[in-house]
Amino acid sequence: MTQPIIETKGVDMRFALPTHFLSREKPMLHALTNVNVSIEAGESFCVVGESGCGKTTLGRAIMGLNTPSAGEIYFNGQRIDQMDEDTRKPIRRDMQMVFQNPYASLNPRRNVFETLAEPIRHLMPEKSEPDVRQQVEDVLEATGCDQSWQRKLPHEFSGGQRQRIAIARALVTNPAFIVADEPISALDVSIQAQILNLLTDLQADRGLTYLFITHDLSVVEHFGTRVAVMYLGQVMELATAETIFATPKHPYTQLLLDAIPKLAGGSFDKPRQPGELPDPVNLPKGCPFAPRCAKVQNRCLAERPKLRTLPNGTQAACHYAE
Amino acid sequence: MITWRGFLKRFLSDPVAIGAGIVLLILILMAVLAPVIAPQNPYDLLQIDIMDSEMPPSWQPGGDPRFLLGTDSQGRGVLSTIMYGTGISLLIGIGAVIVQGILGVTLGLWAGYRGGWVDSFLMRLADIQMSLSTLMIAIIVLALFQAAFEASVYADYAIIMLILIIGIAEWPKFARTVRSSVLGEKNKEYVDAARVIGLPARKVMWGHILPNALTPVMVISTIQVAEAIMTEAALSFLGLGMPVDRPSLGSLIRSGFEFVFSGSWWITLYPALVLIALILALNLLGDWLRDVLNPKLRRGDD
Amino acid sequence: MAMLEVSDLHVAFPRGKRGWVEALRGVDLTLEKGERLGVVGESGAGKSMLAFAILNLIADPGRVSKGTIRFEGANLLEMSESEIRRIRGNRISMIFQDPMVTLNPVLSIGTQMVETLKAHRKISTAEARRLSIDKLKEVAIPSAETRLDAYPHELSGGLRQRVVIAIALLTDPEIIIADEPTTALDVTIQAEIMALILKLCREKDVALILITHDLGVVAEVTERLMIMYAGKCVETGPTRQIIDAPRHPYASGLLKALPQNAERGSRLYQIPGSMPPITALPNGCSYHPRCEFASERCHAAAPALVNGVACYNPLKAKAEATS
Repeated sequence: MTQPIIETKGVDMRFALPTHFLSREKPMLHALTNVNVSIEAGESFCVVGESGCGKTTLGRAIMGLNTPSAGEIYFNGQRIDQMDEDTRKPIRRDMQMVFQNPYASLNPRRNVFETLAEPIRHLMPEKSEPDVRQQVEDVLEATGCDQSWQRKLPHEFSGGQRQRIAIARALVTNPAFIVADEPISALDVSIQAQILNLLTDLQADRGLTYLFITHDLSVVEHFGTRVAVMYLGQVMELATAETIFATPKHPYTQLLLDAIPKLAGGSFDKPRQPGELPDPVNLPKGCPFAPRCAKVQNRCLAERPKLRTLPNGTQAACHYAE
Repeated sequence: MITWRGFLKRFLSDPVAIGAGIVLLILILMAVLAPVIAPQNPYDLLQIDIMDSEMPPSWQPGGDPRFLLGTDSQGRGVLSTIMYGTGISLLIGIGAVIVQGILGVTLGLWAGYRGGWVDSFLMRLADIQMSLSTLMIAIIVLALFQAAFEASVYADYAIIMLILIIGIAEWPKFARTVRSSVLGEKNKEYVDAARVIGLPARKVMWGHILPNALTPVMVISTIQVAEAIMTEAALSFLGLGMPVDRPSLGSLIRSGFEFVFSGSWWITLYPALVLIALILALNLLGDWLRDVLNPKLRRGDD
Repeated sequence: MAMLEVSDLHVAFPRGKRGWVEALRGVDLTLEKGERLGVVGESGAGKSMLAFAILNLIADPGRVSKGTIRFEGANLLEMSESEIRRIRGNRISMIFQDPMVTLNPVLSIGTQMVETLKAHRKISTAEARRLSIDKLKEVAIPSAETRLDAYPHELSGGLRQRVVIAIALLTDPEIIIADEPTTALDVTIQAEIMALILKLCREKDVALILITHDLGVVAEVTERLMIMYAGKCVETGPTRQIIDAPRHPYASGLLKALPQNAERGSRLYQIPGSMPPITALPNGCSYHPRCEFASERCHAAAPALVNGVACYNPLKAKAEATS
């Protein structure tokens, strides 16, 4: 088996909540609990889940924006989560990130050229100034941006154009791996298709690997090769996209799929009971999904299910999935 | 964000801003060009004749056409001393704000970006500093300084001392303003994007966050210049500021104050009017800047 | 006569010293009793503006510059503020995207519901409380009696939006206008809320104007559909018909661009460019720069809405082809 490009082993992420400095309790928010994923080169690995499920935290942990409380993260077999900045610098060229909100992810006071040149200047100091200019021109070309944009400021662009610039910034150092955190959810419908196509084309041209974070399952079905469904900081189900949409095993995945509004209509006809996320500070002892689960049993409340491989190859964290 | 053209357009469409701008411009030009345009040089003892003292303005009986606004008790032309004094007042005001700005922006940026104990420590320090009035600190320090050194040494270093004292005493205003806008900016995604590249904290802070956090600094700078000039004038009026032979507007008002009751009102009145005009213009401009740069108050057009 | 009839509605905002720009440029809309209408468009298309105009809530400096809005025959635009208030929040209710816009954070839910009721009816506090509990039960809020004394921040986002719906239903309105009611919510909560709105509208025969950017939601909930582009309606008709066989190239492009409609892993259909801002509309049909079927005529003059579609070169509808 080839080495995965990204691998996380037992990653935990806890955030201390702000409290009064005299209080004895130190409440902890469990953003990630024992996350093990491995991403193969060339695939589009999707992470789906609702807000607060930890999908963004996972992406940020891999990019080194947050340091895990426990566990290990590997890039091409090298452990990166505890690397110091000097050792990590050459690796940063190879991993980049596209953010959700193109209105916040570009520095409003820098023009497009400065924004795109900064990663090259910092991560590839061997490049001469003409090389930097050439590389910026190339990446603008590749992402469908006009060369005349170089001297303009972000506020002169529409949301879709800004997201193209943000993608160009992520690609400017020729990375192998890109974390895309909800890259289309802030965009209008007619623009979403443009950006998704751009990501697909770039993957074909450059052999990119994506970690694609989203809440939109219909995008995952179209775009993803493998999918991890997360709930309250844990992976509930992990399988190839075809398998997960054809035969969802975990009750939460089934609930998610059932909630997609469909053009055919008719799936909102029966009333649904209100469901709520449990408090991520005081996680229940058993399965985190148990309070919302239609098939809940006594065992689910007492014992937290582990991610296990089912006969069809799907991994699911449910006592009763088969 | 507002472009320079939009900025100019809004300036030209606001009569109050234009008025305040013109007054300020005239006062600055007057101060800068004083050595060229002032009728006398009040620092040059050879040009001063004690026989000319306490002359009324030229249009009054006993006035002298050489001294348009009259003379003070030492025979210096009031107009000339105002021109030179405005310069000293402005120099102290702007100098103090530069000191405040450097200290406050650096500490505010650091506190806001680092958070945690650095933030708590610096902000409590700021609270303590704010609870001591600037004037009180200045009076104590300057009184000690005056007592410790000879008058001539004091006169040489008075400007620097005033700039430093007013500058250091008022840094928390800048620090708090910068800190709160840094807190707003540092969670934006462009900061994360800069961190993903691996930029060191220093470059993220100064290169990415600070330029986006500077707008409110521009607003308070203007108002703080006015405030510093006022503080200096108050200190000079108390006899702790600029010495009489290198007068600021405040020391001019003080030097004339003794003679108000003997009828020589012009020595005090004219510098006071200039001081009021200067402070008013600065405050009006500061308010206008705040309105223009605050996007919440701005309407859709630009 | 339809219950609500909007005709030739224009909303304008001042631009610069002299000029005005129009955010709505002649919109017609009719709503029958109990009918569910979806209004779909991208941000800036004017769909929220339409909702605000119907309730006479256009904020200064904008104003309705032309047109009529008739509710049971009476023109809302000519009514006094007190007459409007008898209709707005009483016979026409509104649900906003962010529940915290509707809910006052410092008052308990019960207080807010009782106040709403008392503003529109002569009713005792005890009676109002009883009615409020009934409404909370109707929107399936668990332990409604105790939730009545809760404050908005004590509830999750989904429950808050349920409370907003309960408040909207308090006065038994004839029309509910819902402006992106689930955009801020998660998919599973969106499904719950939409299913609830659908059920309540059906049971109580309430008319609904659902404003959203999500064609899937519209397909699930509404009977009739209006697609807006740059301040105008470009296509309107029965929801099913438009979803299955759109005639306007924009409507067709939007539907084709959805990943749901594409083959897995293939490139998606994409509409080039983006919607122009209302301050820089092209001549003629405002969609022509992005349209693959644009002809000479489209550059010259904007097409009028004829038979539910505003296009000189509409695509063949299945319904037409078969009939």
